[in-house]
Amino acid sequence: MKRRTLLAGAAAIAAAPAPAFAQAAGPTKILLWHALGGANGDVINAQVKRFNTSQSAVEVTAIFKGSYADTMTASIAAFRAGQPPHIAQVFEVGTGTMLAAGGAVKQAWQLFKETGLKLDPNAYIAGVRGYYSLPNGALASMPYNSSTAIMWYNKDAFEKAGLDPEKPPATWAEVEKAAATLAAKKPTPIAATSSWLPWIQLEQYAAIHNLSYASHGDGYDSLAAELLINKPAFVKQVQRLLTMSKDGSFKYTGRDTAPDAIFYSGQAAIGFGSSAGRADIVKNAKFKFAEALLPFDPAVNPHPINSIIGGASFWTMTAKGRTAAEYKAVAAFYQFIATPAEAATYSQQTGYVPVTTAGYALSQSQGYYKQNPGADLPVQQLGRGKLTANSRGLRLGRLLEIRNIIYEELEKAFQGQQSAQKAMDLSVSRGNAVLRAFQKSVHT
Amino acid sequence: MERRTIFPGWTLPALLLLPQLVISFIFFYWPAAQAIWSSLTREDPFGLSAQFVGLENFADLFADPLYVATIWRTLFFCAAVAALSLGIALLLASFADREIRARGFYRTMLIWPYAIASAMAAVLWILLLHPQIGMLGRALVRAGLNWDYQLNGAQALLMVIIASAWKQISYNFIFLLAGLQSIPKTVIEAARMDGAKGFHRFRTIILPLLMPTVYFLVVVNLVYAAFDAFGTIWALTQGGPGKSTETLVVKVYRDGVVNLDLGSSAAQSVVLMAGVILLTALQFRFLGKKTTS
Repeated sequence: MKRRTLLAGAAAIAAAPAPAFAQAAGPTKILLWHALGGANGDVINAQVKRFNTSQSAVEVTAIFKGSYADTMTASIAAFRAGQPPHIAQVFEVGTGTMLAAGGAVKQAWQLFKETGLKLDPNAYIAGVRGYYSLPNGALASMPYNSSTAIMWYNKDAFEKAGLDPEKPPATWAEVEKAAATLAAKKPTPIAATSSWLPWIQLEQYAAIHNLSYASHGDGYDSLAAELLINKPAFVKQVQRLLTMSKDGSFKYTGRDTAPDAIFYSGQAAIGFGSSAGRADIVKNAKFKFAEALLPFDPAVNPHPINSIIGGASFWTMTAKGRTAAEYKAVAAFYQFIATPAEAATYSQQTGYVPVTTAGYALSQSQGYYKQNPGADLPVQQLGRGKLTANSRGLRLGRLLEIRNIIYEELEKAFQGQQSAQKAMDLSVSRGNAVLRAFQKSVHT
Repeated sequence: MERRTIFPGWTLPALLLLPQLVISFIFFYWPAAQAIWSSLTREDPFGLSAQFVGLENFADLFADPLYVATIWRTLFFCAAVAALSLGIALLLASFADREIRARGFYRTMLIWPYAIASAMAAVLWILLLHPQIGMLGRALVRAGLNWDYQLNGAQALLMVIIASAWKQISYNFIFLLAGLQSIPKTVIEAARMDGAKGFHRFRTIILPLLMPTVYFLVVVNLVYAAFDAFGTIWALTQGGPGKSTETLVVKVYRDGVVNLDLGSSAAQSVVLMAGVILLTALQFRFLGKKTTS
């Protein structure tokens, strides 16, 4: 029993040490830890196999390490134990933490400079490049799987409620109206729900409306960033969801991906979710569905711009005794996954967006978007308008913890225990405390 | 009567003790010392820089009203789980102790849930109680109850208490049944002849004789609720909605493993360790008295 109390102390032992890679003759062996299970796990394994058979100098081994948080924790614990994988897949909310990792990681631009291999950051679509770049435009990590948030809707339910299934609501006012109709006609038990509340209804909302989520350029310019999400535009958005929830036209159905199943099981007519949910929806939905752009509020900004990404990227980990040959092998693998053919194939097999413009063009010329209408909508949304300091992404340490705080405060608001303003004020004060703790921990 | 073996010299006894000492050192003293050390530092996740901050992590914890609320919530949760699972197990054990048909079958069925991993048990509870996809949950909603544990804190807490208690009933059942069976039949027969009936006989004769087992189980159940129930809670609610099902160990996990705030998480582990030491000391005190008297 007592051992269980020592989670933190045991972290170093708990992390399974990576097998030692002897520098014997033969291919350079590269270890990759990722968080892609199920169908997406098969896709990355197949991709790694293609790379391994395409040449004989490098052999990559991909290992599934559990959830994104598990993978990141395991990689960090392995670094502390001196045996990190060469490549760790880290979700986008971990970007701020990884950027503060100093010598523990080798940033992508640095890796390519040192190994003499080429990688053009401009090959990536703007929304992807922005999230993983330094302020000077150099890539810090290697983009891999990127999605964005969109609005899924049930066409059958729209038709039954007398709404035009070919014309999804584009603004929040239209969403409110459609949801009220859906709630009254009840083609589905729930009118509207949303996955990833902090990511979709606040972070994405800020990006497309060109609002600052945090000071200092959403944290890109300084660790001293403070949250700005108790400003009127955000409170208005939260109040809207609370009012809709009270009227029965919106229902909070859990954190993260939990609400996805509510949509594809046909319980909700509108489901905000990740574009990467496509594979699951195609597999499970027994109704006609479509995806639509995230709605916007013309009173906040009549010309919505690009949304930001979710998903994960590859970080190169360092360790004592790691050789130049190993880093070169990592760079070679990165070059391989950046080829248009790989970017296009990966996107078509998973539902993530093609991360490079060439990959997108290839998918187009292959006729993929003709066969799967709507699948290119996330790419269009990511490329809409001109990228601003508010729509690059977020660069906040311990962002995952901040999202959890927002969940907690919003859940209290949905229960009627506090107002929208109070929920956002508390999110800001508690979130800022986390940001300050992070700032102190990396500045000592 | 005491049995004592006298060893010549000290090398052989020391050697015999060594394996246990080594295991205790590797799996308890060393990590415990590391946790205490971590609790006094502030570190970045990668361990690139660590700063000694004294008791600052502890001060931050106890200055946070949310942490203090979590302590009270944990105490309530533990008490509720222990009371519920012990109460039901005692009821079932007294029934199963009778001469009834297919007694072996009942006993096996009652012990079964103990073999289920807590994460699996949690999935079963979700499939039962989820307001949109759970059988029972949908029935509750249809019955007009506003059942939604994802949003209603009190309902969520009730659900994790029931799910955690259910898991522990089997364990309690085994011990209580064994306890009941070890009560000499002659005592019960004598009480029956003196005219003690039903509940009265149970309360005045059986329960006092069962007390050592109950004391032991109370401690085991409290520790179970404080630590092992983590798997159930994490899989069911992850501590939400709000913080309504967050117990101390859920917070240790969230801060340490998810949020990578090692200093604070280590400090919380040390607080928990102190709690367990206190509980164990109490157990020895009570058990020592009860079993020797």
